Amino acid sequence: MAQTETSSRTRTTTTAAAVRLEAVTKDFGAVRAVDAVDLTVHEGEFFSLLGPSGSGKTTLLRLVAGFERPTGGRIELAGHDVTAMPPNRRDVHTVFQDYALFPHMSVEQNVAYALTVRGVRKAERLARARDALTTVRLDGFASRRPAELSGGQRQRVALARALVDRPAVLLLDEPLGALDLALRQEMQAELKELQRTTGITFLLVTHDQEEALTMSDRLAVVRDGRIEQTGPPVEVYEHPATAFVAGFVGTTNLLRGEAAVRVVGRPGTYSIRPERILLADPAGPADPAGPAAAPAGSPAGGRRTVTGRVTDVVHAGAHTRFTVTLPHGDRLTVHRQNLTGLPESARPGGEIRLSWDERDAFPVPS
Amino acid sequence: MRLSRTARAVLGCVTAAGLALVHVPLLLVLLNSVNADRSFGWPPSGLTGRWWRAALHSDGARQALLTSLWAGLAATAIALVLGTLAAYAVHRHRFFGRRTVSFLLVLPIALPGIVSGIALNAAFRTVLDPIGVGFGLFTVVVGHATFCVVIVFNNVGARLRRIAPSLAEASADLGARPWQTFRHVTFPAMRSALFAGGLLAFALSFDEIVVTTFTAGPGTRTLPVWIYENLARPHQAPVVNVVAALLIVASVVPVYIAQRLSSDTAGGRL
Repeated sequence: MAQTETSSRTRTTTTAAAVRLEAVTKDFGAVRAVDAVDLTVHEGEFFSLLGPSGSGKTTLLRLVAGFERPTGGRIELAGHDVTAMPPNRRDVHTVFQDYALFPHMSVEQNVAYALTVRGVRKAERLARARDALTTVRLDGFASRRPAELSGGQRQRVALARALVDRPAVLLLDEPLGALDLALRQEMQAELKELQRTTGITFLLVTHDQEEALTMSDRLAVVRDGRIEQTGPPVEVYEHPATAFVAGFVGTTNLLRGEAAVRVVGRPGTYSIRPERILLADPAGPADPAGPAAAPAGSPAGGRRTVTGRVTDVVHAGAHTRFTVTLPHGDRLTVHRQNLTGLPESARPGGEIRLSWDERDAFPVPS
Repeated sequence: MRLSRTARAVLGCVTAAGLALVHVPLLLVLLNSVNADRSFGWPPSGLTGRWWRAALHSDGARQALLTSLWAGLAATAIALVLGTLAAYAVHRHRFFGRRTVSFLLVLPIALPGIVSGIALNAAFRTVLDPIGVGFGLFTVVVGHATFCVVIVFNNVGARLRRIAPSLAEASADLGARPWQTFRHVTFPAMRSALFAGGLLAFALSFDEIVVTTFTAGPGTRTLPVWIYENLARPHQAPVVNVVAALLIVASVVPVYIAQRLSSDTAGGRL
């Protein structure tokens, strides 16, 4: 046990970060796309940059790839300063949003490209290209043209092409954006698995919070060219550092000012996740389908109870989304797992009681 | 859209008439080149190969054909180099005055040939004459290049707009040096556009007469100029017909190929 600890400590002290950004700034004319960003991605990590479109996350990726030169700051890969290094000399490959497969080359030639330009012998590069195609389960497609493939298959070719010579870091720019939902979920699992088996550092850019939450070891929420919060998915979800993060990662009820005093009972800005609120008939027992960790009257923490009127009910598959309007017009969204025992008044127009553990209304800096 | 039977019949007739108007005269030229009657009487009194033999032995026609080929090849070569570079500059880089440059580049093809002709003639007279370069094949090539560049510029530009910039980035990203990216990715994607642009540029140069008249010296005769001069001479008229017939055949093929190439959306077949 002690030995493991020592070796892991040695590792953390000797291994440089896979990617390190130091006060990196990028201006496009008068627009500041990236604003003094500090970022460290550890080796072997699955790291996501999550943010709305126009937040600067793709620019960050392009800076790491070398397609853009920073206006200021410093970029390091594996401890080496690469700020001024052109993309072809960085040990980093990119999976592009539009895949950017070479249309005039076969799948095999596409995949072998990194080896071709490095002058690897033909026999070896074909063998390695076929290996890479096997990794992404595309054997038998080697001689096809990209135009003859489906979206999911092109995605896999792009992955194989970027992994064929095992770069230190793989950059993925919204790689699943063009796929349909089922395929996207399948690819999420596959990407995660691929990252685990290859041990390559993955840096993913996405606007899809679910994608970032399910795949990443750590993620950074980007907004207006700055990083709002960095941390493991659970931490970012459970303890958003800012109101923006609370609203962007998952859905939340954000209460500020007067509304906070009325609903939460304290001044400030608070976030309450919709799945943490229990529904109950005004006079009846607590909702049996609510979170088991917080049964009504549990000694763990004080419970806050309010009553309101159900104004909207949307069945969303696994859960139902209730909108409840409180007496002063404040609205709360409540997610309830679709189990049995739905309180009788949980229908449009019904008078209903809402309750939550006071610790679930957590303050966020606004 | 669904059309009634009558509408379809009418449209069909109009189309047929339109196409006939364009192409029957061409057929006539082909026919007359083997018409035994010297004054092209109709119907032909008989078929003959006399004119074709005469044309083959006409020094004037042969000389003019050579001049046209040289002028066309040289102008096309210049256009391919300058047009491609210009298209790259305008479509792949941002710089001050980009739109103006693009506009100025395309202008020569919109200007009436007679204006370009006069302007070039005056310019050559004031600039080239004093340094001892007279009017001749060289001035014709320069004159033709002014509009041939536009053709290549437009063709290559259109292709560049269709090629995702991410392709060149992907190539660099995978470790290719700039010249490798050009060789493996950019050039193959451009190849058919270059070929189509070159063919069109050559065809344009080959049948140009207005600018040529103003930029050629007295001894330099391209094929169109030769035809124009000889059309009026009664005993040369049948030979002119043969040359015209040859030109029809010679232009149909490259134009057909160029059209096939530029409609090729994948852009990578050639």
